[in-house]
Amino acid sequence: MPEPSRVWRFGDGVNTDDILPGKYAPFMVGEEAFPRYAFAHLRPEFAAAVTPGDILVGGRNWGLGSSREYAPMALKKLGVAAIIAKSFARIHFRNLLNIGLPAFEASDLPDLLHDGDLVRFELDAGRLQRGDQVFQLPTPPDFLAEVLREGSVLRYFKIHGRLPGERE
Amino acid sequence: MTPDLDLEGLTLAERILSMRVGRRVQAGELVVAEVDQVMMVDSIAPTVIDLIEEELDAVVRHPEKISIVIDHVSPAANVEVATTQKRIREYARRRNLRVFDVGRGICHQVLIEEGLARPGWLVVGSDSHSTTYGGVAAFGTGMGATDVALAAASGRTWLRVPATIRVLLRGERPAGVSVKDVALEVVGRLTADGATYASIEYHGAEALTLAERLTLANLAVEAGAKVGLVPPSGEVAKRYQAPPWLRIDSEAEYSKTLELNLAELSPRLAVPAAVDNVQPAAAYLGLRVDQVFLGTCTNGRLEDLHVAAAILRGRRIAEGTRMLVIPASSQVLAAAVADGTMSILLEAGVVLGTPGCGPCMGRHMGVLAPGEICVSTSNRNFVGRMGSPEARVFLASPAVAAASALGGVISLPQEPAKGEWPGSDHA
Repeated sequence: MPEPSRVWRFGDGVNTDDILPGKYAPFMVGEEAFPRYAFAHLRPEFAAAVTPGDILVGGRNWGLGSSREYAPMALKKLGVAAIIAKSFARIHFRNLLNIGLPAFEASDLPDLLHDGDLVRFELDAGRLQRGDQVFQLPTPPDFLAEVLREGSVLRYFKIHGRLPGERE
Repeated sequence: MTPDLDLEGLTLAERILSMRVGRRVQAGELVVAEVDQVMMVDSIAPTVIDLIEEELDAVVRHPEKISIVIDHVSPAANVEVATTQKRIREYARRRNLRVFDVGRGICHQVLIEEGLARPGWLVVGSDSHSTTYGGVAAFGTGMGATDVALAAASGRTWLRVPATIRVLLRGERPAGVSVKDVALEVVGRLTADGATYASIEYHGAEALTLAERLTLANLAVEAGAKVGLVPPSGEVAKRYQAPPWLRIDSEAEYSKTLELNLAELSPRLAVPAAVDNVQPAAAYLGLRVDQVFLGTCTNGRLEDLHVAAAILRGRRIAEGTRMLVIPASSQVLAAAVADGTMSILLEAGVVLGTPGCGPCMGRHMGVLAPGEICVSTSNRNFVGRMGSPEARVFLASPAVAAASALGGVISLPQEPAKGEWPGSDHA
């Protein structure tokens, strides 16, 4: 059994400036420092308190705004294990998958989860467990599942010599 | 190059992607397409370079199809940024890549001026506002560093062919109402995720100038769109020799149609802290304004400066309000100097900045203090976007921005501000 993870619950429309404000981009503050500014405005306590394995749960349109990949990268570097939201913004969703941070779009699940919940997350089984309750996470389409299996889209490209969805 | 492909009944997005992949494709299909141009900016390029050289152990496939633009923090604001930009330049020199350096301007404006985004092209940019290229009917779309690195290294990218939302513009805009107001209204009506994964196709845009088309397409991403396409017509079609297949197809299928009667539109504001929170500017008249920012990839073009100059000519901006003007490119700046626009603006008391992104994303050249209010012609008003999370950003047209600078309070262009306005106690 995996260690329990804490749920960090967010609302609708969490944008990339919320996730990582532009002024704390790695090229402004350095490659080492930038993750500690995750949610610096929205939840200033987050970066210091998050523990590897924690799960972020959002509402609609998670990640709208900028194409900045360093926003999800900050979360990955802090050890966030997965993001579950009612829906994701397009560029951000690609970024999450590209860097290998699992993202699950589930319309009902976010409202069943609360901030501070302790859950067990099993990526391979696509399962989330809180006490006796088991929540099944939606399975990604085949071509995205392949990417996640290799860990990132770049590794996928290196291994297969082609882009996801491209014919062999 | 008339296609042998059957493009009948396809949307603009489907037509472009069909041509790129050499077969008829429709909404929902996954395609891998050759890209015509890959654009990356200074804030993202270092990551892209690392990913290409270290992670992929590759080099860029077609150097002539890469553009690097140093615009997001330009000139450099600190040693960290300066060091990064130095690295970008060295890499570009080594790999023979095109760099548009400090002062040349904002990536999207520069690519348009340089003819590096053209009708029917597929352009991938490391900036979400790459939808701007849709103003010339290029399939411009924003992606993150990894996708940009892959596109640069492989010459290709993968996309799902988007469904299309048709935005139907009807009627004449009243005086004082600009295409920025139209673009904001579209975002307000569609909402911030109303066009997620979709293409927006603008119908009824035949009379729009190039600058106006770019403004319209620029804001498509604020409704979540993958791309925003303005069909080439008139001067734009001629100037770019738009291919005849790049046209509206009356048989095309749209997932949704949004119809706007422009005659009923009044100046808009996107009110903090969401771009789809679009309200009549008239509802905020009299609100104190600390800073006005005229510029960005949305509204930093010559026409935008002309609008401001017409309002500010022979007058002074209000005591206690500062107005930053940052032309979108060196060409815009040169033209504004040559035709006298810049003198009018400077005499009115504006502060001129180096062509580039300026304070749009809160990194330099005019960030906001807690409690300050900014009227900005940019495209995002998120919490902390332009500096302090306790500052507030109202997105507006150049006309509303200039009028508000004159009044020192939010003002309508037709109606010069009256200083103190009843109920203006928002200090």
